[in-house]
Amino acid sequence: MQCDVCQNKDATVFLTQIVDGKMQKVNLCEGCSKEKGVNDPTGFALADLLLGLGASQQIEKSPTTLKCAVCGFTQADFKKTGRLGCSNCYTVFADGIASMLKNMHKGTQHTGKTPAAFHKVREHNEKIKALQENLSKAIDAEEFELAANLRDQIRKVEADLAS
Amino acid sequence: MKFSRIIANSGEWLSGDGPNRQIVVSSRVRLARNLRDKPFPGWAKKSERLDVMNLVKEAVEHLPEMVESYSENLEALSPLEKQVLVERHLISREHAAKGVGSAVVMNAPQSLSVMINEEDHLRMQAIRCGLQLDNVFKMINSVDSELECSLQFAYSAELGYLTACPSNVGTGMRASAMLHLPGLVMSDQINKIINSVNKIGLAVRGLHGEGTEAMGNLFQVSNQTTLGEAEEEIIGRLNRVIEQVIEHEQNARALLAQRKSITLHDQIGRAYGLLCHSYSISSKEALNLLSIIKLGIDLSVFPDAHRFPVDELFIETQPAHLQKGAQVAKMSSEERDALRATIIRAKLSQVPQPDIARLRLSIPVNTENQ
Repeated sequence: MQCDVCQNKDATVFLTQIVDGKMQKVNLCEGCSKEKGVNDPTGFALADLLLGLGASQQIEKSPTTLKCAVCGFTQADFKKTGRLGCSNCYTVFADGIASMLKNMHKGTQHTGKTPAAFHKVREHNEKIKALQENLSKAIDAEEFELAANLRDQIRKVEADLAS
Repeated sequence: MKFSRIIANSGEWLSGDGPNRQIVVSSRVRLARNLRDKPFPGWAKKSERLDVMNLVKEAVEHLPEMVESYSENLEALSPLEKQVLVERHLISREHAAKGVGSAVVMNAPQSLSVMINEEDHLRMQAIRCGLQLDNVFKMINSVDSELECSLQFAYSAELGYLTACPSNVGTGMRASAMLHLPGLVMSDQINKIINSVNKIGLAVRGLHGEGTEAMGNLFQVSNQTTLGEAEEEIIGRLNRVIEQVIEHEQNARALLAQRKSITLHDQIGRAYGLLCHSYSISSKEALNLLSIIKLGIDLSVFPDAHRFPVDELFIETQPAHLQKGAQVAKMSSEERDALRATIIRAKLSQVPQPDIARLRLSIPVNTENQ
């Protein structure tokens, strides 16, 4: 069996760890296991190691021609480093990353801190969404006067956001 | 502020006081942040790294928290100086390997430090004594909110803060506590504890983080996941687990004192004897023996007045601190081991012999659930 890290030497160290009921396995050669500090099970989290491995296979699900327009990062680069190129890469490689994050974290939706600058954007987006729902209800009910009113409100909020 | 002045004093997390400090050495929270649409440090060209560094450094240096601070580019630090900062947990081992295009800014009490262009553009941490993750988070969170006014952080409504490694995405937060667990190690329960902590998605690591050995019975417990939970929830979960581990450690100590008192006395006595009379000692052996002395202080076998000097030895006997103190650029490991033994002997000569008759547990514990 080959080493999962260097893909070169024979694996002699076989690790299994169960996190949150999910089993993770990795096979390493002696050199790589030393380098990753595997010889000390107490100071070692398999998840850190798996990132660069399982992760790189996951992202392959997106088409191979993808390249980030901002930083020129490609999938091959991710496979090599296990790190992304810039914040825009998260949009470019979104499909591949999504399934990877699902395995890695507790959830897929951020529920923590929001930068103050985004509060306004989020509030506006929520407001527009609510107005649009009312608008389609009004149209369905053929209340065109109300619909026109709602349309104007949406425009106003959008203009507000753009300024 | 000069490097020599920064390291002349031990950090606040070592000298200060905090809840549960007999078992919880320190609490630390770090946040990873990046600038929007700028290549992450590992992917950026040198000129891009320099641009980001200058921008971020300027913003960080102007923080009210950093009025009295130490700020330096990494290429200006010698390998020895970098290692001193690693031993104090002010920068990571990864950051110490960086050169041109990376920098570090820290406040005078060494409770706040910002690594610029580590794996992410910013890695900021707050560290304090004892178990107080909530306070530590508040501290670093307000720094983050202030920086947000002058820097545009990469953030998405769905994925939160965007980081170089997908394992940090979301809150970008790693909260950890350093625990001193000699009781659980001596009673062979530590692996059981580590396994159960791992099972609930928290990581247990050695003294210097990822992939390092557990020395001096010191263990770091931290969150593994960063997405799908708010910062407060992660810290709450961590707090509950740490409180449990503390209870187990106290029970283990009580049990050792009751049922294996001779072993316990023997270990403390031997540790004291070895440290007082050795003329060459490795860093690992020193840490492991000092851990037993620290336990002895917790159990009142040594006077409490010696707590801080002993705690200080944990840092002072680390390789880079020894060498820095001796002001020698190069030192063989034999020379270091000899110097370490000399320093320890000098300090321990102030500590009276262990008074086993005084052995008592400072905190009443229940041993029923053992």
